[in-house]
Amino acid sequence: MPEIARARQGYWRGVGRALRRDPVSVVSGAVVVLIVALALLAPWLAPADPYKASMLRRLLPIGSDGFLLGTDELGRDMVSRLMYGGRLSLVMGVLPVLLAFVIGTSVGLFAGYVGGRWNMAIMRVLDVFYAFPSVLLAVAVSGALGPGMSNSMIALTLVFVPQIVRVAESVTTQVRRLDYIDAARMSGAGTASIIRVHVLGNVLGPVFVYVTGLVSVCMILASGLSFLGLGVKPPEPEWGLMLNTLRSAIYLNPGVAALPGAMIFVTSIAFNLLADGVRSAMDIRR
Amino acid sequence: MSTDAALAAPADRGGPAQPLLRVSGLKKRFTVRGGGIFAAKLTLRAVDDVAFEIAKGETLAMVGESGCGKSTTARLIARLIEPDAGELVFDGEAVGRFGGMALKEFRRNLQMVFQDSFASLNPRLSLLDAVAYGPRMHGLSDTAARARAGALLDRVGLAPAQFGARYPHELSGGQRQRVNIARALAFEPRLVILDEAVAALDKSVQAQVLNLLQELKAERGLTYLFISHDLQVVRYLADRVLVMYLGRVVEIGPVERLYGAARHPYTQALLLAVPSMNPARRTERSPLSGDPPNPIDPPSGCRFRDRCSHAAEVCALVEPVLRESAPAHWAACHLDDPSSGHPEARTE
Repeated sequence: MPEIARARQGYWRGVGRALRRDPVSVVSGAVVVLIVALALLAPWLAPADPYKASMLRRLLPIGSDGFLLGTDELGRDMVSRLMYGGRLSLVMGVLPVLLAFVIGTSVGLFAGYVGGRWNMAIMRVLDVFYAFPSVLLAVAVSGALGPGMSNSMIALTLVFVPQIVRVAESVTTQVRRLDYIDAARMSGAGTASIIRVHVLGNVLGPVFVYVTGLVSVCMILASGLSFLGLGVKPPEPEWGLMLNTLRSAIYLNPGVAALPGAMIFVTSIAFNLLADGVRSAMDIRR
Repeated sequence: MSTDAALAAPADRGGPAQPLLRVSGLKKRFTVRGGGIFAAKLTLRAVDDVAFEIAKGETLAMVGESGCGKSTTARLIARLIEPDAGELVFDGEAVGRFGGMALKEFRRNLQMVFQDSFASLNPRLSLLDAVAYGPRMHGLSDTAARARAGALLDRVGLAPAQFGARYPHELSGGQRQRVNIARALAFEPRLVILDEAVAALDKSVQAQVLNLLQELKAERGLTYLFISHDLQVVRYLADRVLVMYLGRVVEIGPVERLYGAARHPYTQALLLAVPSMNPARRTERSPLSGDPPNPIDPPSGCRFRDRCSHAAEVCALVEPVLRESAPAHWAACHLDDPSSGHPEARTE
């Protein structure tokens, strides 16, 4: 029936309209799009080879001829390295959260819907993870698994799973007790259908909102791991690692040394503000 | 209408004399933990040996204070909670027994409307989707389910073209409850349990919804189990009334007989508590004092005795059983039983 389709579209169109009407969301969204586009299009847009070092033009300041944002400690072009660095940093910021989202929501749904002993067992085990500060946990797991990008992503996923499970579990527990679940059972629906139509639809929203806020945290943690030498290995450009290697140049050329940090800062702020915007736009009772 | 065959109206089996639903020996205990982690577990008998029948086409009202087990009884009948003991016989067929009626088939014959109109609708489903969900679960095609949902919304007074695509939060409480009624009717059920279905609505809307329920009942030959604490509404709607106290049935009777000549002191007290339009009949004093006793540890003998002005020695010793004191009028009180040994007992 056409009005149903219209209603669905109506909801998402309403969310889009609310987002567009909020100037903060528009600006932060534009920043996110810009950074993602720059990272994706790096091979075509980058002015120089990000790996090509030159001892002659080390640590050129910002605004140097031919090197708009200067060069790093090995004389590599900062513009190119920041663009290429965005690729890894974004992947490391988004992928673990995405993985944790899938795992965490599934586990949380199960724990919340089944309840009882299962819930108790799952939640208490996760509380153990929860007891560690997330940075410490990420460093510990990453360190135990050994350095490398995939290992640090596993570590980051592990850090976020308990948090997402907790959100998903608490929302599921609330939803499960509502009368519409009983009404659905009365209409002869099986558990699978009830979870898919009635539980998941109402749990995904709050969890999604929570998860969008985690992207910036994850980016910072990932950069932190790279900074400590646990994530991406040189000479790969990655913002956290670049921050680390440029650390020694902070007295010689503070502007250039601060650039990767500024990128991390701007990106995570933009993600955070966008998440806030999406959160209020998605509130169905707005 | 081959697509509709899956949801054809269930047929009457046993004829008009056979009760539509017979509930017997229904019991449910909940285990509650006393304070502290290591405290002993306590048992709360929420529904204790409840038995009654609902005749075809009647409205049986179930009344009682909050916490007396009305809603639990409803949920036990609907099998939303598993009973510890008890048997349901629906139109002559034992529910959930081998050779009897399957649970899914039973639920199709029985639907429920809940008190909280908002919590009983999924906030993310449009009204049309919400009503069409059940029929779809029973194998109706998308188009057929939606057509049926549209017709039902129309019947409860919500034009599908205008309301079908709306979401629950865009409606008033009365409109939402109409949607819930439409959803309950999507299966052509024979029995509808109305669990405080109009309690949360204001009086004028309540009247509209009650009239709608009456119309639908006449139109579709429905039977209602109407759970309420509003005795005025009950008098308007019900044919028979069942009074519950602390998980037990204390009195059942035809509505006019019960309102005119209630046997059980608890029923009498409930009726006295109804605000009267007649100033001469108004009472300042509350006819019932105190809260219901803790159901974890109910009084011995008659559960009502510590709030009853007629309590005598026998009430603490012997638990009264339901006894037919007048045709179709049953009460569980020693006062009503000449052989009970209660000093004030009725003499025959």
